[in-house]
Amino acid sequence: MNEIKKINNSRIAERMAFSLLWMFSMLTVIVLALIVSDIIIKGLPHISLSFLLEEPRKMGKSGGIFSVIVSTFYIVVLSALFAAPIGVAASVYLTEYAKEGPLLRIIRFGTEALAGVPSIIYGLFGYSFFVVFLGLKYSILSGALTLTLMILPIIVRTSEEAIKAVPRAYKEGSLALGATKLQTIRKIVIPSAMPGILTGLILGIGRVVGESAAVIYTAGSSLGVPKSILRPGRTLSVHLYTLASEGLSTENTYATAVVLIALVFIINFTANTLINKIYIARRR
Amino acid sequence: MRLGEKITVKLLLACAGISILGIVLIAVFIFKEGWSIIGKTGIIDFLFGDQWAPTNGIYGIFPMILGSIYVTIGALIIGVPIGVGCAIYLAEIAPSRLSAIIKLGVEILAGIPSVIYGLYGMTTIVPIIRNIFNNQGFSILAGSIVLGIMILPTIINISKDSIEAVPKEYKEGSLALGSSHWQAIIKVILPAARSGIVASIMLGMGRAVGETMAVIMITGNSTLIPESILSPVRTLTGNIGIEMGYASGEHQKALFATGIVLFVFIMILNLMAKLMPNKVGE
Repeated sequence: MNEIKKINNSRIAERMAFSLLWMFSMLTVIVLALIVSDIIIKGLPHISLSFLLEEPRKMGKSGGIFSVIVSTFYIVVLSALFAAPIGVAASVYLTEYAKEGPLLRIIRFGTEALAGVPSIIYGLFGYSFFVVFLGLKYSILSGALTLTLMILPIIVRTSEEAIKAVPRAYKEGSLALGATKLQTIRKIVIPSAMPGILTGLILGIGRVVGESAAVIYTAGSSLGVPKSILRPGRTLSVHLYTLASEGLSTENTYATAVVLIALVFIINFTANTLINKIYIARRR
Repeated sequence: MRLGEKITVKLLLACAGISILGIVLIAVFIFKEGWSIIGKTGIIDFLFGDQWAPTNGIYGIFPMILGSIYVTIGALIIGVPIGVGCAIYLAEIAPSRLSAIIKLGVEILAGIPSVIYGLYGMTTIVPIIRNIFNNQGFSILAGSIVLGIMILPTIINISKDSIEAVPKEYKEGSLALGSSHWQAIIKVILPAARSGIVASIMLGMGRAVGETMAVIMITGNSTLIPESILSPVRTLTGNIGIEMGYASGEHQKALFATGIVLFVFIMILNLMAKLMPNKVGE
């Protein structure tokens, strides 16, 4: 009798525990749905072509977000241009040339430490190093250089994994045909690892688009289309922060938020599609 | 190796070294700018002084240290049970289609920029707290709720990976001895995955401590020592984020000094997470 009771009790406990876990999981999805739907419901009605293509007026209180989109674009392109080659080169060194030892450990430590630094610290550093010390002032360039450091760990890590996943046979085949190691890397390894490398780059871009604390004190927050990369500019995230915290215009705040969310969704969706493609290709 | 190849390899090494150079430069420049204020105020007075009055040259960041600690603890109280629970559900229980939906949700949650969280907290969560408690709404509680949501992806993803890394034999052995699935999870799988779960919590903590813009938008940013979870509060990150915009001279250096404290704290947290044994069962 007692045994049966015990088993029954444990069944009930299990059922209750599993229901609780199910609730927690659902809660995660529901919270996400609440946040996204709130922003979209409040913002979507204010999105129009003119909102996207007009200059902001009265500090963003009215008008659109054209210059903000342009500044965001400049910073994204520039930081990707800096971070991609450095990140890929670093990962090639780490996977193909580095030997286990203190040097490799130090490099790994550096990459991991960079990944853990909070964005406001990047902002402080970017300000004191790029803006003041190197004299680049508040500019698109200062912002992009700061963000390059910030996204480097993501790119290095994903590229490393992608390169490690290239089948040995590919490399051996190339070497057997008389190619040098460097030729093999350039012509075989990197092209085969390209989807993985791109995924890392796209994830990095997603981070750049969403970043605010590291950008506001390096690229500045002045409105207007930057005439060169040495001029300051305001990105979407910084614009949203400014509008929201100064309570300038509810409509424009939410409309900007919708544009930002849409952009981040597109970026993550692209990365996801690439990841899925890689998985399918590997299973074959 | 030919000369050209040798040079290329050196170039690759230089690129790999940039992350080291980066972290060293960050440390050097934060310390260089901020150290003089800590020296001048005295490290004890800087860390434990309860008054922050830049216009009078008084720099005590104790209220902000407390602020960061309170908000982070609050975020963990909310984020850890939900996050670890969700991780267990995903790794052990969820049917595959539901699991795919939840995973997608977690990924999207991870990608949402912090200003969006801040906006949502400011316009939805703060007013709810305001209505319930009849106060200003900007508070430790509001910050904890939003940060609790923000750290979910970190906790879920890393915990899930470590639960999935527990060898099947452990679970099968437990089930074969007559335990229920839930007993196997509690008594065998979770203890085996413990270090990974603890690491996920530490990384989540790092994210909560380091978050800036969302926190500024919802915690009220008062420099007074908070009296309850409904008090407004300013975090270390908030202190820097708010005042960097207009600070200059000594005041600005004091913000870098705040950055030193933040930087050291985060580095210790990350180091601890890294030092967690990552083999199952240790």
